[in-house]
Amino acid sequence: MVGWAVSAASTFSSLVKTTMEHLEFTFPGRRAATGRKHAVLVGVVGSGNLEVLLEPKPLGGACQIVVKTAVAGFGEIWQAVLEDFCRRHGLGDLLVSINDLGATPAVVALRLDQAVHELEGSGP
Amino acid sequence: MEGRDASPRRPPNSPTLEDARRKAGAVAVSKERQWDIGRQRRAEKIERAKVALSGSLRGKIFSRDRTVVLLEALLSPGDRVCQEGNNQKQADFLAQALTEVDPSRVNNLHVVQSVVALPEHIEIFERGIAARLDFCFCGPQAGRLTALLHEGRVSVGAIHNYLELFGRYFIDLTPQVSLIAAQAADSQGNLYTGPNTEDTPAIVEATAFRGGIVVAQVNEIVDRLPRVDVPADWVDFVVQSPHPHLVEPLFTRDPALISEIQILMAMTAIKGIYAEYGVQHLNHGIGFDTAAIELLLPTYAESLGLKGRICRHWALNPHPTLIPAIESGFVESVHSFGSESGMERYVAARSDVFFTGADGSMRSNRAFCQTAGLYACDLFIGSTLQIDLAGNSSTATKGRMTGFGGAPNMGSDARGRRHPTPAWLKAGEQARRGRDRMPRGRKLVVQIAESFREHMVSTFVERLDAWDLAAAAGLDIPPVMIYGEDVTHILTEEGIANLLLCRDEEDVEQAIRGVAGYTDVGRKRDRRMVENLRDRGVITRPEDLGIDPRLATRDLLAARSMKDLVRWSGGLYQPPARFRHW
Repeated sequence: MVGWAVSAASTFSSLVKTTMEHLEFTFPGRRAATGRKHAVLVGVVGSGNLEVLLEPKPLGGACQIVVKTAVAGFGEIWQAVLEDFCRRHGLGDLLVSINDLGATPAVVALRLDQAVHELEGSGP
Repeated sequence: MEGRDASPRRPPNSPTLEDARRKAGAVAVSKERQWDIGRQRRAEKIERAKVALSGSLRGKIFSRDRTVVLLEALLSPGDRVCQEGNNQKQADFLAQALTEVDPSRVNNLHVVQSVVALPEHIEIFERGIAARLDFCFCGPQAGRLTALLHEGRVSVGAIHNYLELFGRYFIDLTPQVSLIAAQAADSQGNLYTGPNTEDTPAIVEATAFRGGIVVAQVNEIVDRLPRVDVPADWVDFVVQSPHPHLVEPLFTRDPALISEIQILMAMTAIKGIYAEYGVQHLNHGIGFDTAAIELLLPTYAESLGLKGRICRHWALNPHPTLIPAIESGFVESVHSFGSESGMERYVAARSDVFFTGADGSMRSNRAFCQTAGLYACDLFIGSTLQIDLAGNSSTATKGRMTGFGGAPNMGSDARGRRHPTPAWLKAGEQARRGRDRMPRGRKLVVQIAESFREHMVSTFVERLDAWDLAAAAGLDIPPVMIYGEDVTHILTEEGIANLLLCRDEEDVEQAIRGVAGYTDVGRKRDRRMVENLRDRGVITRPEDLGIDPRLATRDLLAARSMKDLVRWSGGLYQPPARFRHW
């Protein structure tokens, strides 16, 4: 989840050069998602951005998160962002798939919240 | 000494009044001291220059192929020189010529100029023509300057704010030769600066009235100037540059590049600070964070009923992103430090808003606008690169001795200010925190930044790089852009930390950690204390203001592209080519 604020001067090529990293997290859930039960997709895989896919599925009440990120080495920060996300919403039985192309933690958190909003049926 | 005195308290051999009188008389007639050496030196230099230019001088105008020769005649080793290097306008032809002088004749110059912007400004240090530098800002050349410092090939006196350096032009850093840039000259040598007046009046005033010499490069020589910005008798030599002087469109921000996080922070600024204090008089720093605020005025701020209640009077360059707010009737007046490429026709057509001459074109003035920013504005908001745990903020980072330009001035509490406004009084009241002290106001100084910058570099640090820079460059003090004691609010995607309401250093530290996001500094917060600060209103989250971060979308921007800005201006704004993507 690295990258740049959209304002920055970095180029796309400087990012794609970096190695992809694959991270997986599992957090306990407190509740299942309300509203629709089919998958939602939010965001785009663009520079400084990410794509978030939420899929309700039986996972023994847990929230499982799979991250593919273009920028390696920030597992600790992913952990903190995702932990806060799960604490905020408490969603279980949910598979979260993230495709990241250098989004900042602020963007990741925003995108995740937007996805939950969409999932729970009152999307903007 | 013959002095003898009966007074028992007088030490032996001390001078009497009689002695003093005698001595005074003796000095008065001795004529040992000359009182016009500066003027004599100036006359000698001008004579030397005239000889050097022989035949190629018409009045004050000389032919450009003699420029290097002229500079060699005018400059003595060790002279203080100002090459008009502004934020935007550059005396680039003269700067190039200065790199070509013979270092065995012209050396050890002391450069006193606000902005070190061009490669040529660095080259004169590399070639041994100049040795000492007093400046304000060093943008693209920051890396090279830092390298030269490490090699000991330049010594830096200090990194100033603009007003401070201009002040020193009139005290101890008066230029002996100034190389300036103007749009046009007439045959007498009167100058028209055009909209980008910038530093010119301050430089010329100091130089011309204390035995200095002013050389101007102009884009054209005309019979009749649209207006006179600098009178001919303050100017000694004029040359027509082979190309128009460089003007950098430094304040143009393409709305297409504004992110949702910047929009979220802009909403937070508008609702949590502008509306909260009723900010009417303000300055915006440069960057996308503040451009986002400008573009939310006609949409988000308008929807909150804030038109006429905030953002009416500005000290600001003509930012293209301010066009929608102007057209929507938010903005009543704008005084500018400099102009902005492409905005000339728009500004000329909005003379009720901008300061313009009888000829119709804008007159900017950095010294006056910095004064306005210091004393007449209630709020300064700008971005930064590093903030420490005491709120000290700096854009000088490892390997980059950038300097700061106007931020240290406008981002400081004007302790000489006496006129009250509601915003100023409210900030002052918060700063007193109920203590029984003399009522006075306080300038709102806001640092706005996402917690992580590009490449996941943290904005928040335990220790500013400025400390190491100072040590490496031999500076007496770390180059801090805005001191923590002047910062009133820090605004990130996590919300606002109001430092005015902090009771002690620990409060300040936790308030800063509490908005520092997922950076190391942010993750080391004391969660309980941060929640306590939130209860006390020291920390305000977007949701505390009723802002739903999910609604921070680009749909809120009054203009989402450069083309939108052109449309808002009714076609008057003409963006430079590099910003035309359509």
